[in-house]
Amino acid sequence: MLKAEALAVFRGERLIFRDLSFTVPEGGALVLAGANGAGKSTLLRLLAGLIRPIAGRLLWQDRDAFLDLAEHAGRVAYLGHHDAVKPGLTAAENLRFTAALSGGDANAALAAMGLSDLTELPARMLSAGQKRRLALARLPLSNAALWLLDEPTLGLDAASIARFGELLTAHRANGGLVIAATHVPLPLTDVQALRLG
Amino acid sequence: MSGFLALLTREMRLSLRHGADTVAALLFFLLTAMLFPLAIGPEPETLGRLAPGIVWVCALLAALLPLDRLFGADWEDGSLDHLLLSGQTSAAIAGAKALSHWLVTGLPLLIAAAPLAIMLRMPEAAIPALLAGLLPGTLLLSLLGATGAAIVLGARRGGVLLPLLVLPLAMPVLIFGVGAADAAATGLESRPHLLLLAAMLAAAVPLCPLASGAALRGAAE
Repeated sequence: MLKAEALAVFRGERLIFRDLSFTVPEGGALVLAGANGAGKSTLLRLLAGLIRPIAGRLLWQDRDAFLDLAEHAGRVAYLGHHDAVKPGLTAAENLRFTAALSGGDANAALAAMGLSDLTELPARMLSAGQKRRLALARLPLSNAALWLLDEPTLGLDAASIARFGELLTAHRANGGLVIAATHVPLPLTDVQALRLG
Repeated sequence: MSGFLALLTREMRLSLRHGADTVAALLFFLLTAMLFPLAIGPEPETLGRLAPGIVWVCALLAALLPLDRLFGADWEDGSLDHLLLSGQTSAAIAGAKALSHWLVTGLPLLIAAAPLAIMLRMPEAAIPALLAGLLPGTLLLSLLGATGAAIVLGARRGGVLLPLLVLPLAMPVLIFGVGAADAAATGLESRPHLLLLAAMLAAAVPLCPLASGAALRGAAE
């Protein structure tokens, strides 16, 4: 269970948000909505532990999540604006680092996003949507309980969105949490919504 | 420990795939050193007297070359976030980066330094001292360089800022490194210089990764 208590964030001189509280139970999903610049990405980076709040607390199973950042990082899978795909490596090699840390099966993760035929292709040959799918394949591979997704379906076709929906459903069925920022409907059912700004 | 090895494997895989960067640093090292006989003339005595300094300065400059891509590439494509969220401390990430920089840049420079020193007519007695100094020296340059690279991460024109930050920090390394080779060439004891280099390395091994790890966290904010 993830619980946010009165979070506030300053970036530079600007207050992005304050008094932000929410609770996401096991298997729960939270969708962040709001205009551009409302702080959705900032909130996701905060929940990942990349940004520190100026006030408020974040609790994971009722313990302060930021006490041990490395431990918190172990339960987080973060998908940002960038795909973090190395053009010089093949699709399979791009996942090796995540697989080595989690002990997961990279080929199964690639198959889950429909990339089985492209594993040996250098990532520079992939289209924008295929790179996004490769980035999404890191999520099931990571073993993390908390998925933080920033516009996860950007550039995906309908078939890939459906595959991604299956991943989300399976993750939640295992007790995983999903927090996503988006402007388009995601393949998620039974979600809480949080409006920023 | 397995996490650190996974980090190091990742770095080495990326470096080997972009092997041109390593070769470029090595060629830069050899070519700049070859300019000196052309510029100051081929007299063995003059050249031999200057050789330790030439090798050291060229190695220092060559080690700087790949630094702005050390964290820059990962920062631009979002991989740095993934590294910071890999469950490893930021100091371990910076340490793995520094070690990979040494393996693909420092170690080749160290190996190329011996033939280069012979080519520059360095006294034979001084070559072991030169190499013994370059071993902790190149490690120190990788650690200091990684710290500088993490600090300028995200700064506008960081590539220009980086040498201005790292070169002053590297001056003590240069002084004692050249001192060791010079002492051996003139028949003096090179041991004190080498011990001082080793002491600097002993201080830098824990401190530099801590500093660059903190800078990485700052850059990711």
